[in-house]
Amino acid sequence: MNDLTRQSAATLATAIARKEVSSEEVTQAHLDRISQVDERVHAFLYVDPQESIARAREVDQQIGRGELSSPLAGVPIALKDLLATKGLPTTCGSRILEGWRPPYNATIVEKLHAAGVVSLGKTNMDEFAMGSSTEHSGYGPTHNPWDLQRIPGGSGGGSAAAVASFESPLAIGTDTGGSIRQPAAVTGTVGVKPTYGGVSRYGIVALASSLDQAGPCARDVMDTALLHSVIAGHDPRDSTSINAPVPDFVAAALKADVRGMKIGVIKELQGEGFQAGVLERFNQSLETLTELGAEIVEVSCPNFQYALGAYYLILPSEASSNLAKFDGMRFGIREDDGKNRSVEQVMSATREKGFGAEVKRRIMLGTYALSSGYYDAYYGQAQRIRTLITRDFEAAFLQVDVLVSPTAPTTAFKIGEKLDDPLAMYLNDIATIPVNLAGNCAMSLPIGLASEDGLPVGLQIIAPAMADALLYQVGSALESALVDRWGGLLISEAPSL
Amino acid sequence: MTQDGINAEQVRHLGKLARLELTSEEVEHYAAQLEQILSAITSISAVATQEIPPTSHPIPMENVYRDDLALPGLELADFVPGAPAFEDDRFRVPRILGEPS
Repeated sequence: MNDLTRQSAATLATAIARKEVSSEEVTQAHLDRISQVDERVHAFLYVDPQESIARAREVDQQIGRGELSSPLAGVPIALKDLLATKGLPTTCGSRILEGWRPPYNATIVEKLHAAGVVSLGKTNMDEFAMGSSTEHSGYGPTHNPWDLQRIPGGSGGGSAAAVASFESPLAIGTDTGGSIRQPAAVTGTVGVKPTYGGVSRYGIVALASSLDQAGPCARDVMDTALLHSVIAGHDPRDSTSINAPVPDFVAAALKADVRGMKIGVIKELQGEGFQAGVLERFNQSLETLTELGAEIVEVSCPNFQYALGAYYLILPSEASSNLAKFDGMRFGIREDDGKNRSVEQVMSATREKGFGAEVKRRIMLGTYALSSGYYDAYYGQAQRIRTLITRDFEAAFLQVDVLVSPTAPTTAFKIGEKLDDPLAMYLNDIATIPVNLAGNCAMSLPIGLASEDGLPVGLQIIAPAMADALLYQVGSALESALVDRWGGLLISEAPSL
Repeated sequence: MTQDGINAEQVRHLGKLARLELTSEEVEHYAAQLEQILSAITSISAVATQEIPPTSHPIPMENVYRDDLALPGLELADFVPGAPAFEDDRFRVPRILGEPS
């Protein structure tokens, strides 16, 4: 097999199962790629080659004994550093957790282990998943493989960049307001935010508990379907986990059919604020979907205009509460000058030193929104808007099977461009946030390069809650039409680094 | 705090509530930024009327019960290395009394 790092996870898994190549060889090829390019990309915060190789050998033995039948056995993966990994550094991109090694594994990590998926390491992210560029990492930014001067999206920029730069065929991301989908869009990769409760949140350090959801990142739709199948399912350790059978995502991806389907274009998610080249590709994709046999209908979601406001009240409120536990008492760093300072002073000094600017901003916003006298005007009202947004989706799904929009309003911007302009940064997530507020599912997949800057554009497909399989059915139909046109995946046009 | 804005003094108060020992430079900087963010997002407070029920969670939630069984928990050795200070099987913390008002 030619360059192992250029293969899809599905291809690698088949070759490993047939013993044409070993998991060790595949893992080693990706570790080599990481050592060649990651100095420039900085997708990873932690890589332990010895540990990964040891695990790959173990998996090879298990496969040899016929003990592993998972569809991804032996394939390597990169894990967002928000996932607790027992005994391995887990920083969440924050200095406050520097050096901390969790005493337990996230459920996703256990499921991947049981399926024989080999971890390559932990990926960079905006601190505690707050950001859209990965510039808010306490350990320096990740660079977009398409143009190293540009952002790879965020918060899961490390996971998207690892996949886009062929350092890993698969990655896990988490999506609270677009942190899987927007990085996928700006790096020319595929990312899925599953239905809330579809994938266990146990062991994922919480940002906003009512919005957070982990999901798959890969270079094509089938690989995300395979990875989603491995990580999905009910978990008694997560009380918000849905107790229902997992749909067959792989069958849906194989079906790849939109004939007779009604696809809704969200009126409010186009036009002003969207880059011309993004809209151009988006409109072209609508034509492709029509050629494939779908009917395109315009639908209105009038309350989406309030989504950003509601999100930036709900998220900081939940985050300010969730991040209260990082106080330097039981884990992480402690800033104590030894001058007999009180516990409160030490906590304040530790949090001041350990948290970056964006985290502090959001903690203060949340503290403000939850303050006595403001709670109902801000947090309460934001929760009512959430109801209105959910109703918009319900009304839309009475008319259409799925909804589509551009995933992000622009292509990747330059590193530093929006770093000290929080509002401009927040606008990146305008199209992705409504999905988190309503709890349904969505996918971003590459639909071409913007004509003005030659950078990837993503299309978002949104389906009702629990209808994740539809994302794979529609996504793979569109993808296979585009791949036929391009003669390969869009990512194969990225610079070789 | 007043509804019509956020000033340095309020930021200092938020910092105190959130246990963030902000520098005076940060206080000025965040006051301007938080003011800008809040004025952009709080316009929603007039949108939804009281009859609309709030959504706290995207899926219907019901209480989850399990049998009250004793299961193995974490061992000391699992988390002691991650603690900033540990002594006599306990987390050692700074003094908790004599807090300045």
